Amino acid sequence: MKERSPEVRTIEILLVEDNPGDVRLTREAFKEGRIDNHLAVARDGVEALEYLQRRGKFAGATRPDMILLDLNLPRKDGREVLAEIKVDERLCGIPVVVLSTSQSEEDVRSSYDLHANCYISKPVDLDHFIDVVHSIERFWLEVAQLPKSGGA
Amino acid sequence: MSVEPINILLVEDNPGDVRLTIEALREGKVHNHLSVARDGVEALAFLRQEGQFADSPRPDVILLDLNLPKKDGREVLAEVKADERLRRIPVVVLTTSKAEEDILRSYALHANCYVTKPVDLEQFITVVRSIEDFWFSIVRLPNR
Repeated sequence: MKERSPEVRTIEILLVEDNPGDVRLTREAFKEGRIDNHLAVARDGVEALEYLQRRGKFAGATRPDMILLDLNLPRKDGREVLAEIKVDERLCGIPVVVLSTSQSEEDVRSSYDLHANCYISKPVDLDHFIDVVHSIERFWLEVAQLPKSGGA
Repeated sequence: MSVEPINILLVEDNPGDVRLTIEALREGKVHNHLSVARDGVEALAFLRQEGQFADSPRPDVILLDLNLPKKDGREVLAEVKADERLRRIPVVVLTTSKAEEDILRSYALHANCYVTKPVDLEQFITVVRSIEDFWFSIVRLPNR
């Protein structure tokens, strides 16, 4: 099915998530997608920003085409990561999908105010979680146009 | 989750695209109410509840064409995202433009996503339904 897409390059995704189970499920769901993609993982907010700013051991990191961001993260909170990405003119164009267990109305509002591209509540149920990740994959990789970073 | 219909503002000057979007959304799973602004000036007046739009509902989502009469969609996007009262409303850019420059600029202006409008009718309806499925069923919208 992949020949239907004119897009031949691999879509680079940065998943910022500290829960190993969620990382594994997300990875599996993306692997099943029709669009060729590569998922890199940052386990906390500090690592996420180092990756994006290509500092330290991430000097050779590829610029992601999109970011999946948990909010409750060790070392640096996802809300701070989001705010830093969206005020950085080199990074602000990268779509950020907030994927969080938080149901708080305040988190939803403040994420949109900080220019999250969308907010998704992470279902607790495993099958629902996988369905949601598939929906993200289908919409963002197959329907939406991502800004071409060209790995630059 | 609210049982109130989702309020959508469609900013689109092409009558054919307006009609197809209305039809695609009418058959959708999620109860919605669609308002239409035909140009960029009207869109901003609607959003700011000015003049004839004093009683307009605040939209939960905006579907925004880029090439519009009177005021360009790019300017509308910039104004919405710079306005503290409006910037929270998700804006889905839905345009025939495939220009890399438009995609990059829209995301830099904080469009929530960018979708290219297919020329083919059936594909156009499929894309509108995909937007509906994702944004109204999967995404958590603000203030709902």
